[in-house]
Amino acid sequence: MRVPLSWLKEYVDITLSPEELATQLTLAGLEVGSIDYIGVEAAPGSAWAPDLSGSEPPEHIPWDAQKVVVGELLEVNQHPNADRLTVPVVGYGEGRSIAVVTGAPNIKVGMQGEKVALALTGAKLIDGHSETRKWVTLKPTKLRGVASEGMVCSELELGLSEEHEGILFLPDDAPVGTPLREYIGDVVLDIDLTPNLSRALSIVGVAREVAAITGQPLKLPEPQVVAEGPSIEGRAKVTVEDPQDCPRFTVGLVEGVTIKPSPWWMQQRLRLVGMRPISNIVDVSNYVMLEWGQPSHAFDADTIQDRHLIARRAKAGEKLRTLDNQQRQLSPEQIVVADPRGVQSLAGVMGGAETEVTDATRNVLLEAAIWNPPVIRRTVQALKLPSEASKRFERGVDPQAPPVALRRALELLRQVSGGTVAQGLVDVYSQPWQAQQIELTCAEVRRLLGIELSAAQIADLLSGLGFECEVGVDSVLVVVPSYRLDVTMAADLVEEVARMYGYEKLPNTLLADELPPQYVDEVQISERRVKDTLVACGAQEVITYSLTSLEVVETLNGTAPDASEYLMLENPIAPERSVLRRDILPELAQVLADNLREQSRVVLFEVGRVFHPQPSRTLPDEPRRLALALAGQRNVVSWHEADPPLLDYFDLKGILETLLERLGVDAQVTFTPADDARFHPGRSAYLIQTAEGTSLGVLGELHPDTRDRLGLTVSRAVVAELDLDALLLLQMPPRYRVIHRPPAVYQDIAVIAPTSVTAEQAHRVIQAAAGPLLEHVSLFDVYTGAPIPEDQRSLAFRMSFRAADRTLSDAEINKIREKIIRRLQSELGATTRS
Amino acid sequence: MIEQLEQVEKQALAELEAITTVESLRTWRSTYLAKVGPIAEISRGMGKLSAEERPRVGQRINAVKQSLQGAYDALEQKLIAEQRARELEHDRVDVTLPGRPAPAGRLHPTTQTLREIERIFSNLGFTVWESPEVETDEYNFGLLNFPPDHPARDMQDTFFVKMPPGSPKVVMRTHTSPGQIHAMRKFAPEPVRVILPGKCYRMEQVTARSEMMFYQVEGLAVGENITMGDLKGTLQEFATQMYGPEATIRFRPSYFPFTEPSVEVDARCFLCSGKGCRMCKYSGWLEILGAGMVHPNVLRNGGYDPERFSGFAFGMGPERIAILKYGIDDIRWFWSGDLRFLEQF
Ligand SMILES: [Zn+2]
Repeated sequence: MRVPLSWLKEYVDITLSPEELATQLTLAGLEVGSIDYIGVEAAPGSAWAPDLSGSEPPEHIPWDAQKVVVGELLEVNQHPNADRLTVPVVGYGEGRSIAVVTGAPNIKVGMQGEKVALALTGAKLIDGHSETRKWVTLKPTKLRGVASEGMVCSELELGLSEEHEGILFLPDDAPVGTPLREYIGDVVLDIDLTPNLSRALSIVGVAREVAAITGQPLKLPEPQVVAEGPSIEGRAKVTVEDPQDCPRFTVGLVEGVTIKPSPWWMQQRLRLVGMRPISNIVDVSNYVMLEWGQPSHAFDADTIQDRHLIARRAKAGEKLRTLDNQQRQLSPEQIVVADPRGVQSLAGVMGGAETEVTDATRNVLLEAAIWNPPVIRRTVQALKLPSEASKRFERGVDPQAPPVALRRALELLRQVSGGTVAQGLVDVYSQPWQAQQIELTCAEVRRLLGIELSAAQIADLLSGLGFECEVGVDSVLVVVPSYRLDVTMAADLVEEVARMYGYEKLPNTLLADELPPQYVDEVQISERRVKDTLVACGAQEVITYSLTSLEVVETLNGTAPDASEYLMLENPIAPERSVLRRDILPELAQVLADNLREQSRVVLFEVGRVFHPQPSRTLPDEPRRLALALAGQRNVVSWHEADPPLLDYFDLKGILETLLERLGVDAQVTFTPADDARFHPGRSAYLIQTAEGTSLGVLGELHPDTRDRLGLTVSRAVVAELDLDALLLLQMPPRYRVIHRPPAVYQDIAVIAPTSVTAEQAHRVIQAAAGPLLEHVSLFDVYTGAPIPEDQRSLAFRMSFRAADRTLSDAEINKIREKIIRRLQSELGATTRS
Repeated sequence: MIEQLEQVEKQALAELEAITTVESLRTWRSTYLAKVGPIAEISRGMGKLSAEERPRVGQRINAVKQSLQGAYDALEQKLIAEQRARELEHDRVDVTLPGRPAPAGRLHPTTQTLREIERIFSNLGFTVWESPEVETDEYNFGLLNFPPDHPARDMQDTFFVKMPPGSPKVVMRTHTSPGQIHAMRKFAPEPVRVILPGKCYRMEQVTARSEMMFYQVEGLAVGENITMGDLKGTLQEFATQMYGPEATIRFRPSYFPFTEPSVEVDARCFLCSGKGCRMCKYSGWLEILGAGMVHPNVLRNGGYDPERFSGFAFGMGPERIAILKYGIDDIRWFWSGDLRFLEQF
């Protein structure tokens, strides 16, 4: 809501500076988002002040009091040397006048008496002739041989609007010689209103708040109307079919109007608030809506059959051509205003074209009604027709406002259109508003706000806002005014008390309430450990969108995914963000590819939820996944290593092994060759939970075809995706093993076996054969080639043996070694060498 | 014999003078101090000496041996020290050369900020609780006191999830507040103190200033003795720990359907210190979080009697906190996965 202070001042005296008022309103919940200074300056040092020092002028600029004044055209002469130029002589009081040269098309030779905005030498304005927005300081000049000592200004030059077709004409009664800033200078507060603040969608509503905040009295005269016409009774009729849809329908009548532009001051205020002036009738309707918060609609009375307005639901199949000339298909979901012939207006949303006010209109039926907010909201959404009127009806309009606003509008109509107002109103109000009474106890205020206030203090705070208060012993009985539809319970009043008391003045205390039982989310803690371990392994955490597309999935998978397995958005903003991810890898692979355009080494991981729809339940499963993606060089290129090798399967596996070991899961899982078309068939594996045989995920180098689809130019890229929830379930706490003092004995053994024998198999045989004295075994060399026979390879293991109580003898070790050799031979067909 | 001995000693010492390397020193030792050599030879000739002469010569031989050994030891020490010094000199590097890269990973700035928030609130007795990212309309709105067809719904542009006919409406949660209901229903009638971090979604165009996906951290405290003063004190404590003791914050009325009274918390603009700048839209203040006392309807929906229980809730965005803290100019970097961005934190 944009609020010109000149307008606000008609209803409440403003004792604060605009900036101070803005701060006070903000601290009372009416957040002032910006302040427009129309021709005037901000307070020095104010945060709201626009930047006037830049080369580009702000939207509005201040006008020098001495150099920008109200002028009067004394005469307008033709320029002797240019057809398109005129030379007005402009007076500006006390007998002073200057001649200026102008090309404004709306200044005609022979004009006299028109009031204009005159800028004198030295005035700093916006350059109206420049393509770009910039400042200009007026200097005396000569145009085609004629001296020009000033300028008659356009709205653009004054920073009022973008209008630069002609100069601005001021009202005839503008005081010549007065500084323009005193005459039309203004300050406009732009208040961001939260949805509960419908009461402040009007000048009067904001005035009520200002009065309560500043303690100034509200100046709210009951609008009077000079009604000289015959009574409306019998000359207009209203039927309301369902008072739930339309609790109140009020109509007034003006006859003999003349349609013309509204007066300049009304237009100017509409413009300041952000509405376009149209004609006197429409402008009055808008003006009163902005002033009182009550929308109204003007019908051409002679187009309404029997001057009979009917509020009812639309019938299926009914149509209405609305003001914007669109043919609208209506439904019984919508409330309309009809006459006996048919629908004439979409109630609270938009009028109909057939009954709108035109230049030929002579008589006007002015409707002010209250409509059911949710119905209006659904209509607006169904027809995509938001308007200033519907905005107010959706949020709720004061049920007592219609006759007040109508009287204000009828009087203005009389003044600006020359019509005669019929006496009285038709007011169908079958279920009059009942004032709500709420008891607010001091104890409740203390319980919720933590402050001690007496009943009298509470009443004092509330009555400033228009609540009628009856002070009891330890409570206040509060009567809620009709414009406070948002207040329905004690908690709402507590907020009003807090607002008026001042949030800032409430004490800052620390929770003294009993500490609840402390809940520990193990998964959260584990997730932290996972992330920390991966970071320690040199991986960078990324977070990608959970919303993706089937195309991105297909890019990774190579085949079109089954759309039925995915949740989709009903209203995506972009096709690439229209599907809920089932896996992290498709988006992560994209991020990997993006990074490789800039980086030589990329090691990424992401932990996050994915979404798996469940046929038997409304909501999907949201399992937690871990994905990794690595590509590029193992190390950063440096003078130490100019060409580091590429990251490969074993870099990824090493990171995972560290992670599994850290989680205490390493002994419960095995890696087995994977069969997954996305991956290199010989360099990918499933991580298997050994006991159950179930897969915890997949890891490996991407298949060259996959790399091509992703546009990866590196020759290896390695990724993994694991079911983190399942992995975390396997977690084991660290188990301490006693550290024995006697020294270990080390033995190396080379196992020469067919290449079909896996390292894992050899490892297990050694472990099983060696028995409890084997402390540790690790593979330290893998060799193929002469003298090892073809189809065989040598796997060299280092073993350490240790006993708890003694140093092992050579004989003991040799015995174990013999056993290992025999078992390798018998189980794997392997030979051995020391 | 003595003469002979002195001759050898003299010669040995003379040779020793000229020695400059450990290798020639070892050769010298094997010449003069080994089991074969001139002194050993002289010793062997002792048998021919008389019994009177023998001890004298023996003493003399030992004295020479000791003298030569002493000279040897001294020179050896000196030569080794010299050699080590040469080796060290040879090993000298340009200490300004870059070190060997040790690539370290980092947590995402959002995760870092979340952890900071969690740390602060865990000190205040709050525990972390998670709730789903996909919610029913009822949990995301209805139970949080958003009436159907109410303009409050316009505050949060919502992604709806396609569902089979007849299914309840399902949304991508627009805030972490549905977690309030989950947490209350889990813990009622015990008091609750939780924070709820997680991803949220809004149907918004992605621009430098707005995102369709963002994190939020919701906080909720419910008990029989919780006031708005407690809310203020808790958030003041948070701001002090998060932004430093010099941070100035203010509380002003706002509107959220699920709180009453509702609060917006502003911090004095970090960039202009309140003088007014583009970042704070010339107001001198930056919105840092929304909060309020839990609405009676929400308490009731969570399973608490609002006449006995009260509580407060608050919500904040870790990305916004990071943006303000580091002066990040474009929110789109957060989910870009771009290392040039992520490696800065
Ligand atoms: Zn600022």
